[in-house]
Parts: sequence; C-alpha cells; structure tokens
Amino acid sequence: MITATQKPIDEIKETISPYKRVLVLGCASCVAECAAGGEKETGILASTLRMAAKMEGKEVTIREKTLDRQCVKDFVVQMDDIIDEYDAVLSLGCGAGVQAVAEIFPELPIIPALNTEFLGETRDQGFWVESCVGCGDCMLYYFGGICPLARCSKQLLNGPCGGSKDGRCEVDPEVPCAWQLIIERLERFNAMDRLEKIFPPKDWSKKQGQGPRKIIREDQQR
Amino acid sequence: MSELKSGSNLEKVLKAGHFAFTGECGPPKGANVEHLREKLSHLKGKVDAVNITDNQTAVVRMSSWAACAILIQEGLEPNFQMVCRDRNRLAIQSDILGAYALGVRNMLCLSGDHQTFGNHPQAKNVYDIDSMQLISLVKKMRDEQKFMNDEEIDVAPKLFIGAASNPFAEPFEFRVYRLAMKIDSGADFIQTQCIYNMQRFRGFMKRAVDMGLHERCYILAGITPMKSVGMAQYMAKAVPGMDVPESLIKRLRGAGKGKVAEEGIKFAVEQIQELKEMEGVAGVHLMAIEWEHRVPEIAERAGMLPRPKV
Repeated sequence: MITATQKPIDEIKETISPYKRVLVLGCASCVAECAAGGEKETGILASTLRMAAKMEGKEVTIREKTLDRQCVKDFVVQMDDIIDEYDAVLSLGCGAGVQAVAEIFPELPIIPALNTEFLGETRDQGFWVESCVGCGDCMLYYFGGICPLARCSKQLLNGPCGGSKDGRCEVDPEVPCAWQLIIERLERFNAMDRLEKIFPPKDWSKKQGQGPRKIIREDQQR
Repeated sequence: MSELKSGSNLEKVLKAGHFAFTGECGPPKGANVEHLREKLSHLKGKVDAVNITDNQTAVVRMSSWAACAILIQEGLEPNFQMVCRDRNRLAIQSDILGAYALGVRNMLCLSGDHQTFGNHPQAKNVYDIDSMQLISLVKKMRDEQKFMNDEEIDVAPKLFIGAASNPFAEPFEFRVYRLAMKIDSGADFIQTQCIYNMQRFRGFMKRAVDMGLHERCYILAGITPMKSVGMAQYMAKAVPGMDVPESLIKRLRGAGKGKVAEEGIKFAVEQIQELKEMEGVAGVHLMAIEWEHRVPEIAERAGMLPRPKV
C-alpha cells in the first residue's frame, strides 16, 4: 500500500486560507488503511477546520466526502455534480490521488493534506514499514523475499556492509539489518547458493529515466 | 599474479614478497594544503603507500583525488579511496580516469559511511552501484579497457585494486565468503577494518587461508593505535562493526595518567609483530588517525624500517 501521514494542521490551514468553500476529500483505499486519509480521518479533519474557522470568526463552508479511490478516474468523476459548489479541494489522497483529481478538475485548486511516505506494509497496529521502492525489476526471489533496495540503508545488492551489530543496522539500532535477514532466510531455505553470484549494477532506467513511468496494456483497454 | 597490473610501488613491494606497510591520511576540512603537506611529511619514506580517505565518516573534506595529486607532488604514493555514497556510475568512471591521469595507481573501493553519521545528514545518498560492483568496474576498465557500458576506453586506467574487509561485523560466518566474493570481483589487495581482537582475527585468517584466499590476493591487516581510554571506549561503543575487547580498555586504563598513548602504541607494535608471523597476512595498514607524526616511531619500533626499494 501507499502510506501517508497528515501534514501539520497549521500548514493545512495556511494553504486553504484563501478559499471560502472547501471540500475535504478522503480516500478509502491505502490512506484509509494507514489511518491518514480514510472516511474517519477526513471527518475529523473537516470538523477541526470548521471549529478553527468558527473560533477565528471566519465565514467558510467546509464539507467532507470520501471516494473509494482518488487515483481512479471512474471514482473521481462521481463528483461532477457537486464540484461547482467549491473553490478548492483539500485532498487526503496520496500524491497520485491529488494529481488524479487535479487532472479531472483542472479549473480547481487541489491542495494536499497529507505527506505521501512510501510503499509499505502494516506490520502491527499503528506501525507501518517501507518494503518496496518500485524499482520495476523485482529481485525478491534472489534475496529470500527481503528487498535490500528498500530495507538496506545503503541499498547494497552485494551486502552486507561492515557495520551491522546484533543484527541491527548501523544507521539505526531499531532497524533490522536487511542483509542479516536475507542470509537467515536463505539459510532456512537452503538457498545460500543464490548469493554466490555477484549481482551486476541495477538498471535504474526501469525506475527513472524517461519521465514518469507508464504501463500500457492494450488487452485492458476498451 | 605474473606481470604487474598497475606498476604501483605497493604492488611491486607485495609482489616481491615484502611485508607491506601502508599509512593513511585524511584530507583537510578546507583547502589547507600546507596542513596536508605537513601531515604527509611524517609519512614520507616510512610507508609503501598512503590511503587518502574520501569524505570519511560522511564529513565533507577536500576531494580524495585532489589530495592524492598533492601527495604525488610530495613524492609519496597514494592509495585513492573512493566511496559509492557520493557518485553515480558516470561520476565514478570519470573520477577514476581523472585520478589515473594525475598519477594514481592504487585504488580502494568502498561503499562509504552512511550520510547520517556525517555533517550533511540531510543529503541524498547515491549508491547507484555498491562496493562489489565498483571493484568489478575498475577491473573491467583495466583489463578489458571498457567502460561499464562496454564502450572502449581510449587509454585505460591501470589500477591496483583494493577492497575492505571487516572480520568482526555480523553475520560473522558470512564475512570470509564476502571476502572471497571481493576477490572474485577483482580485488588485488584487501585492507581490513581496525583489529583489536587478535584472537578473532586469527580465527578469521585461518578460515581465509584454509580457503586459499591469501594466495589469490594480498591481505593487509588494519591497525589503529589507541590514543586514549576515551577513544577506546568510543570505538567500542559508537563505531559500527568494531570489536574492542574489554581487556584492552583495562590495559590502557592500567597504564596510568600520561602513559595511555604509549601503551596504545606498545599494543599496536605488539600486534604488528604478531601479524608479521601470521600465515596469510601480507602486510599492515596503519591508520594513525590524526597521529601521522607518530607513524615513524611506530614503524621503527615494529621493525618496519627501512621500507624496501623495488
């Protein structure tokens, strides 16, 4: 999932301050799972902003709505009928959601309420961790299901570096050494031979190179 | 190892079967060339080559290749250190060519300390390639006269390729295999992390010798003399991948006020003498951090002088 955290309330208030009619727009997908921009968080943020406006004596209309997905056009167009009632949208979508809504409603300012963080997993209640960098060429097979690009601080494909201690990364003792985990898992599967070869430099053109990446599948087009 | 790969002094010393002795010098935090020259003056004639660090501990300093060039002017031989943290594959290859053009013949390939330890922790690290891939790249540039992308190089850099090894970091069992992988990638010589736990180093070397690694590459053992009890405690606690036994800290403390530095040097000299006899060890890399002026004394007491002329 794509994880995100809410921006500081003062920054949000500042960015929406020029507008009188604001739609606070949640997203029920990834950002709901990470408790940053789902229906619940959208309601709380809208109430907070209404209360703040009232205390400051400002005449503003702040309403809320949550889409199933802000990053999918079919869901965003559901707002066609109501969008004229607003001069701005405060989006609790990820960076992709904000831009998808802006693409469909080009006349309207779409303001982000979240900081998009990373591709990650929910490890525990209230605990999310990065596990994928979206490199476009998955190597998890070779590394026993542990990605060194996402989880090693130096992104070493031929690790480990010389700094791990007690199985922890030198950079942060809270972080498990990805290479320790890789070696433990490959040993468990009796697959240490996968590390016998030296991995060549990564082809980063699959991650970055020709502007924003695209996936085009004709079999899915109609 | 029949013909010379780079013709560097270090390569010739090792190839002739001498016990090599390398030093280290950090470039200044500024363009203070005089200070650099002063530090280097203590090393001249006392070591076979001098490692020039590359923004070590992720602190900005004069570029390694530029300091190498100054060192060559002073009549010393540099071992150009390069980390993967600060450059992508384009910059790495162009800096290798530039350093070689300035007379550099030895190069140590490193991943580099993480930027969070340094003085620009907000920096974006690069790690386009890792140290293993850097070793392979320098070998390819030298032996195949090709860039990473297979294009021909017009006058290829002929470098004596070094790599680092830490016998003390986890996972311990994997360390000797990682050393083997660095040799497979093309390392001609290895300089190890600072050794304080001699017992564990002996165990590591025994495994390396059993695997025949010492016959495929020259292994130089890393030594850093302790200047104070505080330094020993700091290294034990705060420096990643360092193994400082409690017995050494006790020994330094027992030396008494004003005598700790002497005890640190004494320990380093004893280590060098033992390493000279240890199977598979081809030399010592002395990292006397901001203590260059003590190197002649250590070299003398450890019986490393005079250095061989080859």
